[in-house]
Amino acid sequence: MNAVSDMRRKSLLTMLQAAPLVAVLLVFFGVPMMTVIVVSFCDYEHARILPTFTFDNYADLLRSDATLRLYLGSIKFTLFAWALTLAIGFTVAYFLVFHVEGVILQMSLFLVCTIPFWTSNIIRMISWIPFLGREGLFNHALADLGVIHRPLDFLLFSDFSVILAYVHLYTLFMVVPIFNAMARIDKRLLEAARDAGASRWQTVRQVVIPLSRTGIALGSIFVVALTMGDFFVVKVMSGGQSSSIVAAMYNEIAGLQFPPAAASAVVLTAVVMAFVAAILRVVDVRRELIG
Amino acid sequence: MAATLRRSRPWTFYALLAFFCLFVLFLYGPMSVIYVLSFQSRDGGLTFPMRGASLHWFQALVEQRQVGDLHAAFARSLSLAVLSALLTVVVSACAGFAFRRGFRGSGTVFYLAVSSLVMPGIFVGLGIALTFQALGLQASWWVSGLAAQLTWTLPFGLLIMFAILGRLDKSYEEAAADLGASAWQRVRHVTLPIILPGLIGVALFGFTLSYDEFPRTILTAGSGTTLPIEIWTMTTNVTSPALYAVGTVTTVVSFIVIACALVAIVRIQRHRATRRDTSLIETKDLQQQ
Repeated sequence: MNAVSDMRRKSLLTMLQAAPLVAVLLVFFGVPMMTVIVVSFCDYEHARILPTFTFDNYADLLRSDATLRLYLGSIKFTLFAWALTLAIGFTVAYFLVFHVEGVILQMSLFLVCTIPFWTSNIIRMISWIPFLGREGLFNHALADLGVIHRPLDFLLFSDFSVILAYVHLYTLFMVVPIFNAMARIDKRLLEAARDAGASRWQTVRQVVIPLSRTGIALGSIFVVALTMGDFFVVKVMSGGQSSSIVAAMYNEIAGLQFPPAAASAVVLTAVVMAFVAAILRVVDVRRELIG
Repeated sequence: MAATLRRSRPWTFYALLAFFCLFVLFLYGPMSVIYVLSFQSRDGGLTFPMRGASLHWFQALVEQRQVGDLHAAFARSLSLAVLSALLTVVVSACAGFAFRRGFRGSGTVFYLAVSSLVMPGIFVGLGIALTFQALGLQASWWVSGLAAQLTWTLPFGLLIMFAILGRLDKSYEEAAADLGASAWQRVRHVTLPIILPGLIGVALFGFTLSYDEFPRTILTAGSGTTLPIEIWTMTTNVTSPALYAVGTVTTVVSFIVIACALVAIVRIQRHRATRRDTSLIETKDLQQQ
């Protein structure tokens, strides 16, 4: 009897510990998302949201060619950003975990990689401008070396600079989870693979990659969600030549057209969530995180 | 030393080392360019060559000649960051313990947190702004703005708590329980001291993620803007090195916070190491006697 009431008390305490998180997420994430969904089905007139049910916002959105172009553009950027951040992030994490000896050195180098993450993204992004511009450092350096005679224009305000900024800003989101996953791999497994005659590349492919899949999955979720939902990198780094889904939506918000903006938000969320769900199906991130 | 010299490293080590160095250069190179450019003289521009060296553009920030509501925005960003750091530590630490013990519906809560984390920030902002509008509430930086930032800092804090608690050896708490410690004593004297460095890490995340937050805050801050919003506005209408000066100042603030957190963590670890050594020596002395 006593044991039962004790257990009940403990589970109540556990619920209480989770309560603040649940409350914040429900009130400031769950409810607002519901509002967005409701508003996306509303009609509107000038800046006013009318409480009449309509599919028009979705019909307009899905029928327009502009939507398709925006999505294709964003998916193109996302694929490049994902492939590059994954390749770079995996390599950096692999070096830190398996080649750097000594915990203190390893943690220091890991910190060197993560410190930029704690500084302003906008500032880190605009810092490419004096670097890549026509009069920028890079063009000057190439000209001084005699490699080029005219400044390269494609460096700034182009697809190239957008992808570069994504890689610059988001690679850390790959490095950190992959590093954490790799750090938990038992080093003896690598020795065993080598003793069994596996080449270095085979060891990476058949031992390291499968065992760091949680990190790869988490990093991929971050990078895909961040690039698909981006609006300031494309806006600044493409010099206005490309747009993004969110930037287009932001224009509607600025014009106080909330229902179409909400519909666009719902569609993009569905796309991002489908992708996240696909990753979570392949890798059970939750089980491996909580243990 | 001799041991490391004797064993030759594979070529892959040098290739990866070179790659790593390039990556670090790639991370820090462009950032350092704008710090240098912010120290130009009055007639400096947005690119090289550097025209003279002065503190002119920093002075412009202090005197606020051509920039908007920077001072107030800076103060708001700092208070938001401190609030968010405190709340993130408390809320995500509690939730972390709840997840560790397991509770009904923990799976749903986990996916809710992950959704909140990966949801494009501006949608969360839009949702909160629309909800406040529907309820007839005024959006303000310290209610709706803070709430929007928490939907981003709390899931992060939770993920870090998973990492911290995953490494926490249960046998310490069990030992304390065997010695007759109450639940509160176990938390206060055993668990909290062990995870303290991790909690400082969570606070660091709470602070910096809030301090630099932009997409979630832009629609929820109401009339009181934050520093990232001001910087964003400056990128579109300021064409002088004042922009870089703001960048330098805000990065210096971030660096100071990071340094304080890291120093605190290192000091705790070192203190712990010396205490462990002395207690080991004491045990040995006792054994010898």
